[in-house]
Amino acid sequence: MSAGFYYGVEVFLNGLMAGVMYSLVALGFVLIFKASGIFNYAQGVMALFAAMTLVGIQNGQVPFAHLINAVFGLHVTHFGWHVPALLAILLSVGVMIVFAFIVERYVLKHLVNQEPIILFMATIGLAYFMEGFGDLMWGSEIKTLNVGIPQGGNTWVEESTAFLGGDDFYGFYLDSLDIVASIVAIVLVASLVLFSQYTKTGRALRAVADDHQAALSVGISLRTIWVIVWSIAGFVALVAGIMWGSKSGVQFSLSLIALKALPVLMLGGFTSIPGAIVGGLIIGVGEKMFEFLIGAPFLGGATENWFAYVLALLFLVFRPQGLFGEKIIERV
Amino acid sequence: MLYREAGDYKTTYAKDNQTFPIKFDRVAYYVLLLVAFCVVPFFINDYWANAVLVPFLIYVIATLGLNILIGYCGQLSLGTGGFMAVGAFASYKLMTAFPEVSIIIHILIAGGITALVGMLFGLPSLRIKGFYLAVATLAAQFFLVWLFNRVPWFYNYSASGQISAPERTVLGVNVTGPNVDAWAQYMVCLVFVVVCAWLARNLTRGNLGRSWMAIRDMDIAAEIIGVNPLKAKLTAFAVSSFFIGIAGALLFTVYLGAAEVGEAFGISKSFLVLFMVIIGGLGSIFGSFAGAAFMVLVPVFLKNFLVGGMGWPTDVAAHFQFVIVGGLIVAFLILEPHGLAALWRVTKEKLRLWPFPH
Amino acid sequence: MNTMTENTTVGYMTDDGRQIGGTMMEMKNITLRFGGVVAIENISFDIHEGEIRAIIGPNGAGKSSMLNVISGFYNPQEGEVWFHGEKRPPMRPYQVAELGIARTFQNIALFKGMSTLDNIMTGRMTKMNAGMLSQAIWWGKAAREEAEHRQKVEEIIDFLEIQAIRKTPVGRLPYGMQKRVELGRALASEPKLLLLDEPMAGMNVEEKEDMSRFILDVNDEFGTTIALIEHDMGVVMDISDRVVVMDYGKKIGDGTPSEVLANQEVIDAYLGVSHD
Repeated sequence: MSAGFYYGVEVFLNGLMAGVMYSLVALGFVLIFKASGIFNYAQGVMALFAAMTLVGIQNGQVPFAHLINAVFGLHVTHFGWHVPALLAILLSVGVMIVFAFIVERYVLKHLVNQEPIILFMATIGLAYFMEGFGDLMWGSEIKTLNVGIPQGGNTWVEESTAFLGGDDFYGFYLDSLDIVASIVAIVLVASLVLFSQYTKTGRALRAVADDHQAALSVGISLRTIWVIVWSIAGFVALVAGIMWGSKSGVQFSLSLIALKALPVLMLGGFTSIPGAIVGGLIIGVGEKMFEFLIGAPFLGGATENWFAYVLALLFLVFRPQGLFGEKIIERV
Repeated sequence: MLYREAGDYKTTYAKDNQTFPIKFDRVAYYVLLLVAFCVVPFFINDYWANAVLVPFLIYVIATLGLNILIGYCGQLSLGTGGFMAVGAFASYKLMTAFPEVSIIIHILIAGGITALVGMLFGLPSLRIKGFYLAVATLAAQFFLVWLFNRVPWFYNYSASGQISAPERTVLGVNVTGPNVDAWAQYMVCLVFVVVCAWLARNLTRGNLGRSWMAIRDMDIAAEIIGVNPLKAKLTAFAVSSFFIGIAGALLFTVYLGAAEVGEAFGISKSFLVLFMVIIGGLGSIFGSFAGAAFMVLVPVFLKNFLVGGMGWPTDVAAHFQFVIVGGLIVAFLILEPHGLAALWRVTKEKLRLWPFPH
Repeated sequence: MNTMTENTTVGYMTDDGRQIGGTMMEMKNITLRFGGVVAIENISFDIHEGEIRAIIGPNGAGKSSMLNVISGFYNPQEGEVWFHGEKRPPMRPYQVAELGIARTFQNIALFKGMSTLDNIMTGRMTKMNAGMLSQAIWWGKAAREEAEHRQKVEEIIDFLEIQAIRKTPVGRLPYGMQKRVELGRALASEPKLLLLDEPMAGMNVEEKEDMSRFILDVNDEFGTTIALIEHDMGVVMDISDRVVVMDYGKKIGDGTPSEVLANQEVIDAYLGVSHD
């Protein structure tokens, strides 16, 4: 086998990794959609906000520093302390839970019976709000996020696979971060599936996802469930934010990851947790392989901007509910 | 005392169907047109034209288009930026290839080309609905931006990838290029707005408009009573894209003068016009005007107030703007999901009784 | 060749002296499945021109599905639909509407975003054909058509006595009024065959009498053939000429109301006697 073939395999493996990263974001969408029928466009911005909060807490930044300076004419930036990574993560989870409470109380509660399109647009408004709010709170300059996850090409993998492919091939280049992310994602999905299948709250969640009225009638508090779901989604957003932020820094473009999660959801179906993973993998691999085989050589590159959408679109035309979504039978 | 209908009987169905059934409204409308055409051009200056009036007029056209698609026909689209790009690039290629032909013709043809592209990207709507369709239109958005970036033919092989509008005149007056007068920019856009609003009003009041609304409200029932869903959805995409294409062409030629596709027509543009539609009111011609005015004026106002008045740095003001806009959108959706148009309608109903309480 | 050869079933005279015409629509051996569930199993019946045909049966018998097959929303896996002596090929619902078949729905399917007037105007969809350009400039054909068809719609509004609510958005109307507006929308297309899916559902005695009167008037004044699904046996006995009874997707009775309601199998189905 030539080096070229093994480079192709490397692209494939990297595609899988990229797919896992997308799935992390898609998971948050699926959770909220399952429990409340809301397509939460703000999920990407939540990941950005969570990551910014983490970095801000770690580095002891003063929240709303720029705003305070502008209004009061001061020059504060930092408190001067550093918070260890683990504690910072816990505090950030706390912030996301508070956020879930606030969103439920001031937004969701008032929009209970509205049509899905209104709910969707409300989350777009929420996304814009969170973005401005996050920038005001922590500043919009790009930040590095470091919670101790190993990065850079994993030398162990590289060395142990160097024997393949002859002299021109130096072993698979897989980023350690991606490997860690994959493991984390698998653990996260497994725990979410276990949680929803085997715990009382998980069962309540599935009940709410199926039928709000029926769930209410057996004594499940919709509002509590929504707070729980948005908190979990916030936690998932934090994990996604940590992974993506460690990789490429914490900046505005992180929120655009949400847009990438959309084709994942279209493929996997909006209500399926395993679907988010499978969809993510297909999109990740599809994107990278297309760019490698056709995009870069023949189309001038950068096809990753749109390929995922076209792939999902074609898929939807033939199977409108996605791979794992529930088939919609229309009745009159 | 002003808003009275006593004694105002309609004796034909045509009169019953008219756009402004109340006399006061009709008179006010004509006065507004008079002021817009005969008064404003004499007082307009560069700042007002560039900061407020010209973008407002252009976005009205885009909002009318998107409102037809989302508000009247119920097909959610996030591809507005990409379609505006089609209009802009089509007008650019036409202007550079046929310099003797009037720019007005070019803009209209650009709208037509965008209509065809819109129909093509609207085909999935026959199988896909709701959010899924929105995501499918994102495919259009990202693909079109990539296309105009990567294929050099579109920007005439220029090194920067930018397109610049050559100088053109209408009736001897400059409407594009660096020497243009504020009032000329304004007038061109105003004429297009009046024509487009008139077309939009006519299309939405007739059979086609009803077929769109039927599809929006209950597409299965609509088909059973005789609406051809293919025809309804594709015409909605076509008409909507026609307007959006014209808006894109005007944005590029008359307003910006030069454009780079990623900045000028990216996804944030799609969201901007979507916000105008929501805040203005889905399914309302007046709402399209109100929403466009709102989204154009708020940033101007905030900038003047926060940066000019309170001395804040511009980036803090920009972040604050996001907070305000996002918050207002959520507030609107909670308090009045039918937008400014609904608020206006309620005000008018109260005015009909004023000063009596009921 | 699909022309009518063997099925020239002639008309008949009803008990109260009305003359009913020949066969208008014939369902032949219709079978409809959804995955593993058989909704309709090998059902055949006919509808004569000018008659009022009731389709009755316990809940879940497949009556609405049968109506959906007639309106072209579902395509049966087996069987044929014959209309006016010609076999009807599988077609989309809007094409069926153009043939002159209109219907109302069990759960009201009005266009909630539009007024009563606009809803009924949508019923004129198959009759209006001004082009898009004419509509865009509101000149000539489009403006004329709008006024002409408005005239027709106003006649229906008079007939149904709903003048007061013509400009009200239908979402705000009470249930009984909505049902009437839906009937108006179906009538607006001047159908040859009118399908009514539980038109009396949720109505009190007075409202039922009004609705029955409208149905009989439509049949009498406009000559419209009517097929209706109904649960109220009093209404069925009073206004229908012939009845089809369905249960668990099968046909268990077909004849005049008195014949059918004396049938032991029909009585068993309604009383819930278990089947082996």
